[in-house]
Amino acid sequence: MNTSFFVDVVFILLALFAVYTGWRVFRTDSMVRASFFLLLSFITVGAIMLLLSAMYLGVAMFFMMGVEMMVMALFMVMFMMNPAGLNPMMMVHQHKLSIGAGIASFVILAAMALLSRFPVQPLPAGLEPVSSLGNELLGDSMLIFESAGVVLLATMIGVVVLSSQRGRFGSAQEGSMPPGLEPGGEPAGMPEEDSGAGGHHHGH
Amino acid sequence: MTLTTVLLLAAALIGIGIYGALSQQSFVMLMMGLELILNGVMLAAVGFWAMSSAGVPEGQLLTIVVMAVMAIEMAMGFALVVAVYRGKQADVTESIADLKG
Repeated sequence: MNTSFFVDVVFILLALFAVYTGWRVFRTDSMVRASFFLLLSFITVGAIMLLLSAMYLGVAMFFMMGVEMMVMALFMVMFMMNPAGLNPMMMVHQHKLSIGAGIASFVILAAMALLSRFPVQPLPAGLEPVSSLGNELLGDSMLIFESAGVVLLATMIGVVVLSSQRGRFGSAQEGSMPPGLEPGGEPAGMPEEDSGAGGHHHGH
Repeated sequence: MTLTTVLLLAAALIGIGIYGALSQQSFVMLMMGLELILNGVMLAAVGFWAMSSAGVPEGQLLTIVVMAVMAIEMAMGFALVVAVYRGKQADVTESIADLKG
């Protein structure tokens, strides 16, 4: 009795924290902070998975998301404007539509959760979640597991092809032009070799 | 902690994720929205596994598959951002409107 009350309290706190951090991802000024907020949200969901006795998945979530969000934060520093959050940032488009879509999807999914009758079949008492998952992965569902591995390999090849310095027909950057500041305007910031001419251009 | 409350939390995460994926201009912020959606999906899958399926192992397997999808989405997304940045020096969705009718 006491344990279940304790679990309920912890769950409510974790749930509120997961929603709060998920919301802060899109409300913070710094993109690096945004990725750490997302990491917090993931870790909280991982903790809820532990509460739901999915031991392996919860812990896997911690490790996977820790690495993934660190990559994301590094990426932000490398590519994005304003990673440090020194200026206010609000980079959105179709804002009202997005808010509407978010609220509508929440309402629909919440109505499904509240109104549907799902079967109540809790975990059997003697179930070992981790060994049951392991037996499934290397037993009946081995083909699915192995296909996931092959898909990840294909992803690795695709990623290398997409991001390699040398494209299929020469340098990947050849002939690339930044877009103008206004539609159809002059390129904003020339490629490297034109930097001298660009500087001259700005003179008049 | 009941199945309904877990699903409500998943619905909230999916709703926030849809808002982010539709509203953000920066590619990486957009991907964060997609990640948040998958976060909610995984939570819902684990909730169903733990409370509504008598612990069939396929429930956990489904979550593993969603995790793999998440890793693939991240990797391909970052590679596409790099490719787009090389070609256009663009980091927001508005800068690659070439095919827009």
